[in-house]
Amino acid sequence: MSDITVTPLGAGQDVGRSCLLVQIGGKHIMLDCGMHMGYNDDRRFPDFSYVAGTTLDDVTGTGNPNGALTDHIDAVIISHFHLDHCGALPFMTEMIGYNGPIYMTHPTKAIAPILLEDMRRVAVEKKGEVNFFTSAMIKECMKKVIAVNLHQIVKVGEDIELKAYYAGHVLGAAMFQVKVGNQSFVYTGDYNMTPDRHLGAAWIDKCRPDLLISESTYATTIRDSKRCRERDFLKKVHDCVDKGGKVLIPVFALGRAQELCILLETYWERMNLKVPIYFSMGLTEKANNYYKMFITWTNEKIRKTFVERNMFEFKHISGFDRSYIQNPGPIVVFATPGMLHAGLSLQIFEEWCTNELNMIIMPGYCVAGTVGHKILNGTRKIEFKKGKPVEVKMSVQYMSFSAHADAKGIMQLISYCEPRNVMLVHGEAAKMEFLKQKIKQEHGVECYMPANGETATIPCPITIPATVSARLMDTEAEAYAQRPPDPKRSRLLHGVLVMQDNQLRLMGAEEACEDLGIPRHTIRFTSTTNLSDAGPLEATQKRVEDLMRRSLSSMEYEVQVVEGEISIANSSVLMKVEQNEDDDGIKDIMVSWANQDEALGSTLLNLVQNMAQ
Amino acid sequence: MKLICLSGCPNKPCYILKFKGLTLMLDCGLDMGSALNFMPVPLVHSQKLQQLGNYHPKDGQDPAIEMELKEANVLNHVFVDSVPEFAAPDLTMVDMAEVDCILISNYSNMLALPYITEETGFKGMIFLTEPTLHFGRLFMEETIEYIARSTKGQSARRWKDLHQTLPHPLCESVNPQAWRTIYNREMMESCLSKVQLVGYSEKMDVFGLLEVSPVSSGYRLGSSNWIISSEFERIAYVSGTSTLTTHPCPMEQAPLRNMNCVILTALTQTPQTNPDPMIGEFCKTVIETTRQGGNVLVPCYPSGIVYDLFECLAGQMDINSLSTIPMFFVSPVADSSLAYSNIMAEWLSATKQNRVYLPDEPFPHGNLAKSGRLKSFRSLHDENFSTEYRQPCIMFCGHPSLRFGDAIHFIELWGSNPNNTIVFTEPSFNHALALAPFQPLLMKAVHCPIDTSLNFGQSKKLIRDLKPGCLVVPEIYTHPPAATPNRSDLKMETDIPKYTLSRYETITLPIKTKFESINIDPKLASALRPVEIRPGLAIATITGNLIAKNNKFELLAIEDKPIEIPQKRKRDSRGLIASSLSTSSTPLIPIKSRKPAEYLYGKLNVKEFVQKLSAIGIQDARVEELSKGCSIINLESEDTLIQVEESQTHILSHDETAKDKDLNRQRIRDLLLGCLNKF
Ligand SMILES: [Zn+2]
Repeated sequence: MSDITVTPLGAGQDVGRSCLLVQIGGKHIMLDCGMHMGYNDDRRFPDFSYVAGTTLDDVTGTGNPNGALTDHIDAVIISHFHLDHCGALPFMTEMIGYNGPIYMTHPTKAIAPILLEDMRRVAVEKKGEVNFFTSAMIKECMKKVIAVNLHQIVKVGEDIELKAYYAGHVLGAAMFQVKVGNQSFVYTGDYNMTPDRHLGAAWIDKCRPDLLISESTYATTIRDSKRCRERDFLKKVHDCVDKGGKVLIPVFALGRAQELCILLETYWERMNLKVPIYFSMGLTEKANNYYKMFITWTNEKIRKTFVERNMFEFKHISGFDRSYIQNPGPIVVFATPGMLHAGLSLQIFEEWCTNELNMIIMPGYCVAGTVGHKILNGTRKIEFKKGKPVEVKMSVQYMSFSAHADAKGIMQLISYCEPRNVMLVHGEAAKMEFLKQKIKQEHGVECYMPANGETATIPCPITIPATVSARLMDTEAEAYAQRPPDPKRSRLLHGVLVMQDNQLRLMGAEEACEDLGIPRHTIRFTSTTNLSDAGPLEATQKRVEDLMRRSLSSMEYEVQVVEGEISIANSSVLMKVEQNEDDDGIKDIMVSWANQDEALGSTLLNLVQNMAQ
Repeated sequence: MKLICLSGCPNKPCYILKFKGLTLMLDCGLDMGSALNFMPVPLVHSQKLQQLGNYHPKDGQDPAIEMELKEANVLNHVFVDSVPEFAAPDLTMVDMAEVDCILISNYSNMLALPYITEETGFKGMIFLTEPTLHFGRLFMEETIEYIARSTKGQSARRWKDLHQTLPHPLCESVNPQAWRTIYNREMMESCLSKVQLVGYSEKMDVFGLLEVSPVSSGYRLGSSNWIISSEFERIAYVSGTSTLTTHPCPMEQAPLRNMNCVILTALTQTPQTNPDPMIGEFCKTVIETTRQGGNVLVPCYPSGIVYDLFECLAGQMDINSLSTIPMFFVSPVADSSLAYSNIMAEWLSATKQNRVYLPDEPFPHGNLAKSGRLKSFRSLHDENFSTEYRQPCIMFCGHPSLRFGDAIHFIELWGSNPNNTIVFTEPSFNHALALAPFQPLLMKAVHCPIDTSLNFGQSKKLIRDLKPGCLVVPEIYTHPPAATPNRSDLKMETDIPKYTLSRYETITLPIKTKFESINIDPKLASALRPVEIRPGLAIATITGNLIAKNNKFELLAIEDKPIEIPQKRKRDSRGLIASSLSTSSTPLIPIKSRKPAEYLYGKLNVKEFVQKLSAIGIQDARVEELSKGCSIINLESEDTLIQVEESQTHILSHDETAKDKDLNRQRIRDLLLGCLNKF
């Protein structure tokens, strides 16, 4: 068993395209296969040439029928449907070539292809990109997916075991434990340690992995209470529409959108508001259907009441049409995508941003390069078309609703699963550094934060698993139980290690020889020494016995005497003191032992010979 | 390993398994067959049932039982006029406080759980899957609510003391003294709050000694077979399994291979019939009846086969242009059952699962409900029921025993019209007995029992494929059913060791540990000198320090530390006793040398040995061959005699003066070892 190595191809001291390559017990696992939404060039996909160990031009051209990467990766795991975690999957499997298994949860398998297709349409039809993956490729790619249930132990081949844990974050998000032999690691993907309006909190058992790979988007944030943020959000929306303004909330179709919809829906009902709320159509209805059917993945409260009232059937929220953009009067719109990098949300923003009455609320993290990221960083002039900067007058609000664990949550997860090492990914280097120190201090475990392309080696204690025959263990236990208990005394286990068919079996020597048909050969030594001693035989016997007891007492040998014959328990050693047949003044001391007890036998013989001189 | 059977009904099993010092309960079924001994509990006052006469006690019988028993109009049957009671597992043979965990295979095998968790000293874990919990709760809720509607307060007890002397069916009841009325809602809630959910193939640790893991059994939503394993022993509890393709996730067979023992129970209750033709028969009956304008009553459970009946029937009704005939589903838990079934995608067959990805509801009954063809109600007293009720119709409602639930009302309502039909699909109740208190009836009674669990043919094939070390089955499965004594194919036969047990019986199974697991310290391993005995087989002699922690063993390298020798107490010159100081010293024989360092094998080549002797100057070896492979080598100059045999060599030396300090022997030993193989 070797050490575990981790190489981030994305998400190493970085947010935006999660993709990690892990080697554990000689197996290679890819964790997530994300896409960077801030780039339109090669940088948006992870550098897969690293995986193949050569440039991709070399491998894609060779026409390997298995696909260029299939021989290099044993399994791909996708943690959840966000595109920064699965957006590059069809590119990797269909355009570079990977035919091995891909694992994700049922909701992720259901929802990911829809988001991929949506993203593809925006890229190809709206931005006119070429050489992008096709709809057919998405379908082919999804055929390679094996859906897993929470907590189900899934075997990949003979040696790899996977287990998914609930991660909160978005519908179907999971953390994965991967085990190979005695070694294991946990990969969190994105997770959330506090329940929200529609999802529960992440949970994991005390599985004590060798390594915990945790996201650290909010590594240094300890966020104020969720209630406060919700109140704040509602107040801002309410104030804006009261003044006749329009509110734009860019969201991803699935996830935060549903949480904020539930929030606004209940508020509108309570306050009896009539201002229309819209959700960009298409995905929405489908999205809500997924929530209805995967209700077992939502939080306790929603699950308990779903028979009477399904929380994902909204009364106040209806579908949006592009023609509404120009409608006069207050309006609230949820529009995709969430980072304002393309599509409807960007179009609405372009129309509304010049009016200071209007407001945009960014409820989630935006990666560098997106319009969302720019306006959040205070940029007030945006070039929608080259050379024509537009001034942003609308109010820009940021509300951290995206469900990532904060520093407290990350520490909590570490306490839950008690890893031997921690690795931080999916975050910014400076913030990670701070958290890394904190983890070392509070949990006393080593913490790694490799950059993209850098390999971190996590040393693992090596153990060699073997089986041991119950007969041998029973014999040892019996011998152990015969002596008075002493916690300090070591328990010696002796036998032979049989190496056969790649297995190690520990057995008793006789048992093994019998089992394997090996003809044993024993050598026995019997040495007789003459002792000048004219006294009675019994006295000599007593002397020899005493000498034995005295010499052996500290070494846990048990001296037994039966009819003048001395033996040592659990050994082949025998001793006898006899009258010499020829000379009355001489006693014969015989020491006999088998070769395997040479140390003991020769020591006793020495003692006797010393006595004789 | 010990196995105790606590239930008299193999389809509502309850076993106690003692293994590795732990006690496990396998299933906790509630046998509701006992309810058939009771009078139906009508929702509203029933003229007809009320008219049944009291039983007339015979001479010698307690006259007070007259008030407890009613005589049916047919078959001379007598029924108890009291709240129905059920047979829970008999716990007199076990101390529930000692039970470490309970494994539940499916929701119909858990209904006695509240009696255990709320009334005994049980404080262990209960493992089941999520659908098992949801649907088990629905089954419990439904029964509690049905019984709660009853106006009967009394619980008749006197008849139990002389039940053997009473007419059918009472005389056949087994141990009615132990029967229980149903638990209440609080007990149920408290009980269900104590369970622990497990996913398929999830491994749950039981005190580090055993691992238990459920695998899909294909019988019901979330139904499982259990694998109980220690490091080297594997036992499978196969209860309620179906190899047919219906709505649940298919049965997983591969994980059940290589078992030391398979405990097989809850096989089909209808060994003479197959489910597919029965479903066809069911649809045919419904279509014929409704086409004539008659109503169809289908007494059913709130979940299970009923989903398949909705689906098949809706399709058949469409083909026969009967789509306008409404289907009613009446149960206190009807809505929950329909809703839950459609959110359990992970636990469904692949076809149903794939619908979710569209996204479409996996079962068509959601759409049937939306389009108004399937209407569900809590009870017939629902305010909307009377406005929606139309005839002819198909009425699915509980309870299949016909002793409680809304079905009773419809038997009374429709029983006198021969155009109407009652169709029995649930196999666990004798339909003639179920109908007995209501006789005479004119409505048709059709019996198409549908049981998808393994039949004998499938069981035999399964066991042939799995090849377990041994098989345990209920005794009743070893001979054909009483109704068909000549059908020798309807019994369990195998060519592997088979053990049987019946109610209250205990058997001991020969499952012995052969191996345990151990981790070897790399430091120790690297010091080993493996010897290749033959290609593919190497052996190394090993001695290590054994550490046992949390039932896991580890073997470490031995470190020879100086040992402490307590000194004898001595009086010093001033007559004081010196404190018994310990001094440390290296032991005479280091720990490492106290166990054999190597073992020898093979034969000694005497010729080679003698040559080697002369090479070191011992020239006078005289070899005397006694027989084949046996010789004596005499070394007179060394005062040494060597007896050589096939598998042993004995060196006898005599040192009169102890002058050479054993040097000769050691020289000879070295030569000998050089002539033999060793590991
Ligand atoms: Zn995410």
